Amino acid sequence: MANASLRPDDEQFIAKLEDSAKQLVDVLQNQEYKTASKIIHELIEARDKHIFNSVGQLTRALHTAIVNFNVDADVSTNPPEIKNSEISDASDRLHYVLSLTQAAADKTMDKVEAVAPIAMNLGQEAQRLQDEWSKLKRREMTKEQFKALVLRIDEFLEQMGDGTTQLNKSLQDIILEQGFQDLTGQALKKVIELVTDVERELVDLMRIAGQVEVVTGLANEDTPEGAKREYSSQGEGPAMHADKRDDVVSGQDDVDDLLSSLGF
Amino acid sequence: MKILIVDDFSTMRRIIKNLLRDLGFTNTQEADDGSTALPMLRSGDFDFLVTDWNMPGMTGIDLLKEVRADAKLASLPVLMVTAEAKRDQIIEAAQAGVNGYVVKPFTAQVLKEKIDKIFERVNG
Repeated sequence: MANASLRPDDEQFIAKLEDSAKQLVDVLQNQEYKTASKIIHELIEARDKHIFNSVGQLTRALHTAIVNFNVDADVSTNPPEIKNSEISDASDRLHYVLSLTQAAADKTMDKVEAVAPIAMNLGQEAQRLQDEWSKLKRREMTKEQFKALVLRIDEFLEQMGDGTTQLNKSLQDIILEQGFQDLTGQALKKVIELVTDVERELVDLMRIAGQVEVVTGLANEDTPEGAKREYSSQGEGPAMHADKRDDVVSGQDDVDDLLSSLGF
Repeated sequence: MKILIVDDFSTMRRIIKNLLRDLGFTNTQEADDGSTALPMLRSGDFDFLVTDWNMPGMTGIDLLKEVRADAKLASLPVLMVTAEAKRDQIIEAAQAGVNGYVVKPFTAQVLKEKIDKIFERVNG
């Protein structure tokens, strides 16, 4: 990592080091101790200047990275009071998605529940009329029964007209209700953008931290173990990329197979 | 047949309630997590429990374990209806004594199948 992240500044300092080292060897061999002392002094100055420059650059980079998080917080209090940030804005957006999807699901189910009996009643009456109609075709009907049937058919056709009008209206309403997809989609896209940005800023911060380690000589050889995620009994919701993972089932058939392999 | 439906999302409770009604089970009650469900189970005479896994408060898996540990409720049939799809989780639920496991999203057909199977076994 130290070699990979050499900046022009570092290169300059190393060149100076190499130069001075050669000079130092030469003057020492010639026993010019005064000059040697001067070179050593210059070297120390160069090192101090280099560290000073590096720290300055890191401080600026750190400041930029933090500003990029767009967090408006009062850090004088403990814990800091966050007045405004893109993260809390994202939370608001996600709450909006939650309430919009909930409302859409409720309205859709309300509509379906309201008109489902209409469809069921029409179907049942149609079935009963069909039975009567068959009787008529087989000439098994009295004149009185026929009169009653004509009345029922009149009534049925009227119900049919009203019922299908209501059904159509509800179906249209249900279609309109799907508009939540557009609104929630826009909100979710914003949040996805923010998450991507935050990730990039965090990577920047990690890079800066790495340079601090190089400059201060605190480089830590132990790389932290990659965050390995075990499931918690809290549950984690729907699995993403389920089709590419071995540790999750891909559907109900998979669950049934697994359970039957356990003797269920 | 008295059934308790436990899920933190009211939409899902409503879907399950409607499906159960279509299957002829009209006596249902609802709870939004394990800690509200448990006292209801202890004081009511429920015949069947349908629960989600991932809920704030007490989760479905903890509810299942509490139910199995309770002498009065130990034999209550429990169907888990959840989005949790890790093999380890399904195994844990099976070991905790679940009677059926349905992953979301599910169909009416699957729910019916699992409920039929549970009662076949309970009554058989």
